[in-house]
This record gives sequence, structure tokens and C-alpha cells, in this order.
Amino acid sequence: MSGLLQIHEPGRTPLPHQREDMAVGIDLGTTNSLVAFAEDGQAEVVRDSRGRALVPSVVAYLERGVVVGEEARRELLDEAERVVVSVKRLMGRGYEDVQRVAGQLPYEVEIPADGDGGMVRLRVAGRTLSPVEVSAEILRAIKARAEAALGHAVSRAVITVPAHFDDAARNATKDAARLAGLETLRLVNEPTAAALAYGLDEAAEGLYAVYDLGGGTFDVSVLRLRMGVFQVLATGGDPLLGGDDFDRLVAEHFLRQRAGVPGDAALTSNEAKMALISARLAKECLTDQDSGSWTIDVGGRPSRHDLDRATLEALIEPLVARTLDITRDVLADAGVTPAEIAGLVLVGGSTRVPMVRRRVAEVFGREPLDDIDPEEVVARGAALQAEALTRGSQALLLDVTPLSLGIETMGGLCEKVMPRNTPVPAARAQEFTTYQDGQSAMMIHVVQGERELVAENRSLARFELAGIPPMAAGAARIRVTFAVDADGLLTVSADEATTGVRQQVAVKPSYGLSEDETAAMLRASMEHAAADMDARLLREARVDGERMIQAVTAALRVDGDLLDGAEREAIAGVVEALRRTLAGDDRGSIQDAVETCNAGTEEFASRRMDRGIRAALKGHSVAEVAESLSGEN
Amino acid sequence: MNASDNAVSRCWSCHGPVNRGAAFCPTCSAIQPPHACDPFRTLGLAPGFDIDSADLEQRYFARQRELHPDRFAANSPREREYASRHTANLNDAFAMLRTPVKRAEALLAAAGHATGTGETDTVADEELLVEAMEMREGLAEARSRSAVDAVVAAQEAKTDACIAALSRAFAAEDRAAAARLVLRLTYLQKFATEARERRGRLTAA
Ligand SMILES: Nc1ncnc2c1ncn2[C@@H]1O[C@H](COP(=O)(O)OP(=O)(O)OP(=O)(O)O)[C@@H](O)[C@H]1O
Ligand SMILES: [Mg+2]
Repeated sequence: MSGLLQIHEPGRTPLPHQREDMAVGIDLGTTNSLVAFAEDGQAEVVRDSRGRALVPSVVAYLERGVVVGEEARRELLDEAERVVVSVKRLMGRGYEDVQRVAGQLPYEVEIPADGDGGMVRLRVAGRTLSPVEVSAEILRAIKARAEAALGHAVSRAVITVPAHFDDAARNATKDAARLAGLETLRLVNEPTAAALAYGLDEAAEGLYAVYDLGGGTFDVSVLRLRMGVFQVLATGGDPLLGGDDFDRLVAEHFLRQRAGVPGDAALTSNEAKMALISARLAKECLTDQDSGSWTIDVGGRPSRHDLDRATLEALIEPLVARTLDITRDVLADAGVTPAEIAGLVLVGGSTRVPMVRRRVAEVFGREPLDDIDPEEVVARGAALQAEALTRGSQALLLDVTPLSLGIETMGGLCEKVMPRNTPVPAARAQEFTTYQDGQSAMMIHVVQGERELVAENRSLARFELAGIPPMAAGAARIRVTFAVDADGLLTVSADEATTGVRQQVAVKPSYGLSEDETAAMLRASMEHAAADMDARLLREARVDGERMIQAVTAALRVDGDLLDGAEREAIAGVVEALRRTLAGDDRGSIQDAVETCNAGTEEFASRRMDRGIRAALKGHSVAEVAESLSGEN
Repeated sequence: MNASDNAVSRCWSCHGPVNRGAAFCPTCSAIQPPHACDPFRTLGLAPGFDIDSADLEQRYFARQRELHPDRFAANSPREREYASRHTANLNDAFAMLRTPVKRAEALLAAAGHATGTGETDTVADEELLVEAMEMREGLAEARSRSAVDAVVAAQEAKTDACIAALSRAFAAEDRAAAARLVLRLTYLQKFATEARERRGRLTAA
């Protein structure tokens, strides 16, 4: 079978193998972030001089500047009001979302002004910051760390997100990467990345369950691994359930014990931070020891608290039970019984809690796999995917939508357009009509979630379909297409069927940043913005130029006999000119050369089309003709 | 416009001829924008009810490997968009062909024969109604996992028989019979979901 011996696969431009442009994998966590890279299918986590891979996802806005990581975390003790922790929980979230958990968040939040994009803002050290800007600081630090380790600039990354992240949070993550000067090659769901890390190392086959309980989020996915394909069958989770919530329960327990300490009536957000620090310490210690004693110091009034493991387990039991309920639902969605699972993968620092391990193992009736550090496995998977995307790979990730997509109908009801667990990329078209004579516009409201009432789901976006030609009520037929890409991001387009008018729909995200805002942030906060943008445009122009050369060369090989010697030489000349510009760095001249090449091959192209159409008339397929001709040459 | 204009389109990259419906240009290999086509063709199959599910899946994976946007990460945004649209069609086609009910519905729809599985349709088939009620009762009475398993086993045997009958109906081109069997199969499968949920609750308890 000669078909197996292709030089390169159809349609793909092989990338030059150069280490200088290596793309990395980033796990942007609620509590900790880390970066890894992969070569020849081997992932390696980047560590600091002391061997630490985890960078605390903590940002401190100090007098002397912005610091990130361990250094920022230390500031929690002295200048807590200047420090932001767990910002991931606010990505793509509105003020109402945050209010739902008000009193629990160690932040000062601000109500966004109208038209300001609905995302909540933080007040830190006299500044007003969006969660996107804070995340960008973490990504900048991570990028710098990778650059130091690799010895070259890093501009592209695969970034992981909780599978259950909605559209707004995914967009916010991409925006943060852009602010940090990183091009997001792909957003990969955290459990899927973990499976990739396990699957490639062990050449695993069969059904796998990934249970990921981190600092801020819970995800569970069921995947089927087969012949290098990682097919997600179902996923579920809770974007607001994680170790932070364990900490909160322990902190509340401590604060109840303190009841009666005078002056404690109203906790400030700083004091909440202090209580949470002790609570987390206590929780983590009780993983290895049975009991202990901790101090919390609120407003210079310290108190001591005893806690044993049994009490901790009683406190967190409802949350653990909730994760198990979700796990059982996901198994049911996947149509799989626990006994069919060949491997259980635990991911995230919170799966170190003994009760969590025990209870999850009970559900599956098996012990989890733990060859790979649960805090590093996601970054490793992301690095492998970064290598796959830039260098090519036989592995393939087939993921699904975590939440159903719906639209608002009469009476505030939600009509589902795409159910959860639909494989992505996916597209669904839905027809709408007008309900008034001559109606020229209509509003469409897109939501994400499983509930029947629009108000109980998450608002994604609203948009107006304008310019509907005047017709009687019910006569217009407007087809709206909802497309979800491999990153899980939504785009919308619409056309009117009777007139064929096509519309680009401007979607106003409910909890996003506006284009203007993002642009302003890019200008304000990123000195390298222009240079990064130029580099990216240059790369795109190159890709286009290389494609052009490949296309013309292939056409000459197949249809070269349609040209006389002089014509062939002329085309060879413009191709050669294009090739020369590709050796340089001037985007403008590459684009000009591509244009010249286009113009110079126009006549050739129309002769080729004539030949193709004549062949088709005789009943030959174009492929046959091409094959027979290239055989002759 | 003549037939050949429709059969041949122009490659956006090398500007040469491409057969309509081909995913890649035969000359320069560039990915082409997708055209609407039936799910069978998308997966390279002849229309028909009898499908080998292992073969179907292999075709699906093979096409995913060729067309998934991740394969085009190094290419232009335009190529990534085409890949995304191809893959969306492919996912749709696979979802449609892998379940017997949807496959049968697709075949009946292609033949212009309506099926009665829409939510608003009332069930006219007395026999089916009685059967569905009996199964429900059986499930409601099952109070242990093994009892549910027994009910499920009986239902699975019925499902297999129903699929075999459906295959015969399509072979005989008896579309009215096929439509009735599709309805029955829909019921059996709804019931299977309920049984699985019940079993899950018993496991949890
Ligand atoms: N030994 C331990 N015992 C109990 N909990 C622990 C232990 N070590 C870490 N944790 C908890 O794990 C959480 C952090 O885990 P991880 O680093 O996996 O989260 P993350 O990736 O930052 O968060 P997410 O994935 O939710 O965005 C914290 O809540 C931390 O308290
Ligand atoms: Mg994590």
C-alpha cells in the first residue's frame, strides 16, 4: 500500500524543528501554577533552583512593584491587603456570582460600571484590577520562569482550564495569556490533560476516570483511550468547589470557637485571609497527622484551636459527598459502570486528603493510579499537547462541551440548542422567525447550564439580529448557527434564508471584557505588546507564504504541461522571489510577494480549472486526472 | 451553469480544480471548505441500516486524525476554521450513525418517510403501550441491584431482537414496519436509561 508512505499528511505544513520556538504547557491553577515542556513525548516540569515546581498563584501589589509566587505569599502575613489569592475563581464571573459567596471571599470587590463588561473588579492597594490582569501577572512570571529554564523566548502555550469552565472563564483565560504576551495554542481541559500524561506514558487502553479536586475547582471526566485517541465520553464538575472550600469550613469552625472574643463582630477581608491561612495549614497537616493545634490571630487577638482528623472529616463530608454525586452522574452520562473503569486517576492537591482518596476508591472499587505527582500531572499533559500541536503527533484529544448551550424563549424558559457532553468542535443551527409584521430586529440571549429557567443558568451573551428584511410576521426565516470550537469557545453567525442575507453577529459577552478594554490593557500594561503582535503577524505571513510555494509547486508538478517554457519560467521567477522574502523578516514584502505570486499564476489557474471541468464532463474525477498526470511527469 | 460547474470547485489555495465534496485538494493537499452531505457519505459508507460499529468507529477516528483542527495548529486561521467545520460535521454524522434509532430515522427521513418519535406524537400502538407499562412496573418493583440487573437483561434481549427486526424491515424496504420498530426501540432505550439511573441510586444507597 503506497498510500501509507506519504511524505507529509494532507493539508498540513510541517513545522521546522527548532528548539528556539518551543511551546510550553501551563497549568494555571487556583492555588498553584506550573509550567512544563515536552520533547519526543517526554514531559519535563520546570523547577526553580531549589527544585520546586509549584508557583503559588498569588500576586502582591507592593510599593516596590508587583511580585508573584512564594514571595507574594509571604506578604500575606504582613500586608495581606496588597495580596490577591485564588483569582482563578473570579475569572469570567460577575458581581452577582461573587455575591453568592459573599463574606467568604478574601477580596474587596467592586461593582462593574454599566457597559464595562460584566466581570467583577478587585480593589487592591488603591488600584482597581480585573481578574484577567491579575492572572496575566501569574502567567508573566510563569513565562519568565520557562524562558530562564529553556534559554530562549517563549511565546506560545497550551493552557489548561477546568473542564467545567464556562465560555466567559475560558475567554478570560485567553485574554490573560494575551496580556502576558502568550499566544494560546489551545485551551485543554485539566482532566483531559491529566489523562494524556498517563496515557502516553503507559500506552494505556480502555476506560479511564479522572477525578480532579484542586484548590478551587472540581472536575471529573470519563475517557476512552484507544489507539492513541483520547475520547472524552462525559465530564462534569463544579467550578466553585475545591480545597479553598475545605479551608473556609475549617476557618468558620475556628471562628465559631472564637465566638465571644470581643471585637470580632465584623471580620475584614484581611482577617478572613488570616483565618484561612491557619485553616489551610491545619487541613494539610491533618493529612499526615491525627490531630494538632493551631493559632489564629485576628486583629492582635490570638486564639488557639485544636482540631483532629475526625472533626475535619465531619466538616468537609458534605462537600466530598457532593463530588461523589457528581462523579456518579458523570458515569451515568457516559453510560459506564464503575466496574468497567480500567484506571482511576487522581489529580489535584486536595486528593491528598485521606478521606477523599478513601471515598473515591470506594465508588470505583479500586485503588487510584498514583505514578505521577497529582500536582504536576496536568502541566505534563499540557506540555505533551503543546508538543503534539507544534511538532505533530499520533495522539488525538477528542473533548466534549461541559455544559448545555441554550437560548432564551418566551417566558424566561431555556431551550437547549446543544446538550452537554456533545463532542467538540460542534455546530448547531436553529431557526427563528419574527412575531410582528415588518419586524426588523430581534434579540437573542444565549445561556449555558442545565436548568429550565434562563435565570438559573449562566448568561453567556446577548446579541441583536438586525437588518431583517420587512416581511409579514412569521415569514422571515433566520438561521442562527452556534459553533463551539476545540477550545470550548462559542461563536455565532446568522443568515436570513429567504433573502440569503448573511450577518456577522457581534456578541456582547455577559461577563467578559470588551474589545476596547482589552486593547487598553494591552497598551497600558504590556511594554512588549507591539513587538509580540508584530512577531505573530510575521509568523502568519510566513505560514501563508510557505503555503503559497507549496501550492504552486504542486500545481506545476501536476499541470505543468499547460504552460510553455516562457510561462513556466515566469512563474518560477515569482515563486523564487517569494522564497527570498521568506528568508528575511519583512512582513510587508512577504505579503507583496504572495500577491505577485497570486497574480502571476492567475492564467495558469484558469487553464487548470478548464481542464478539470472538461475531465469532469467526461466522467473522470479530478483526483484521477491529477494522479494520471503526475504519474507522467 | 452545467453539471460540471457543480461537480468541480476551485481550490482556495492553488486555484486548481477540486471535486465538490472532497476534503483535500488533489493537487496541493490544502483542506477545502466542507459541503453539506449525508452522514453516510461523511463517513464513507453506503446508506443502509446494517453497520458494523467497530468499522464505523475506525472510520470516525481515521477521519478525525485527518481533519481535527489540532492537526492544523501550524496552519492559517482559515484552514483551522475549515478543519473545525469538517470535524463538527463528522461529529454529527458519527452521533447519527452510531445509534440504531438515529440511523434508522436518518434512513427513513432520506426516503421521505416520517417517524413517530417526536415528543408531540401520540403513541397509537396499543401493544407497545402495554409493553412499556409492564416494563415500568417491573422496574419499580425491583428493589435490589440484582433485581434491576434481571430487568435490564430482559430489556436488552428485547432491544437486540428489535434491532434485528429493524434490519429485516429495511432489507425488505418495509418502511411502515421500520417506523413502528423505531418507535419501539426508542421506548426500550428510554427504559434502559431509567433502569441505569435506578441501579445507580441503589448503588449509592
Ligand atoms: N497534603 C495535603 N493535604 C490536604 N490538602 C492539600 C495537601 N497539599 C495540598 N493540598 C490542597 O490542595 C489544593 C491545591 O491543589 P492544586 O495545586 O492541585 O490546586 P490548583 O491546581 O491550584 O487548583 P485548581 O485546579 O482548582 O485550579 C489546596 O487547597 C491545598 O490546600
Ligand atoms: Mg489544578
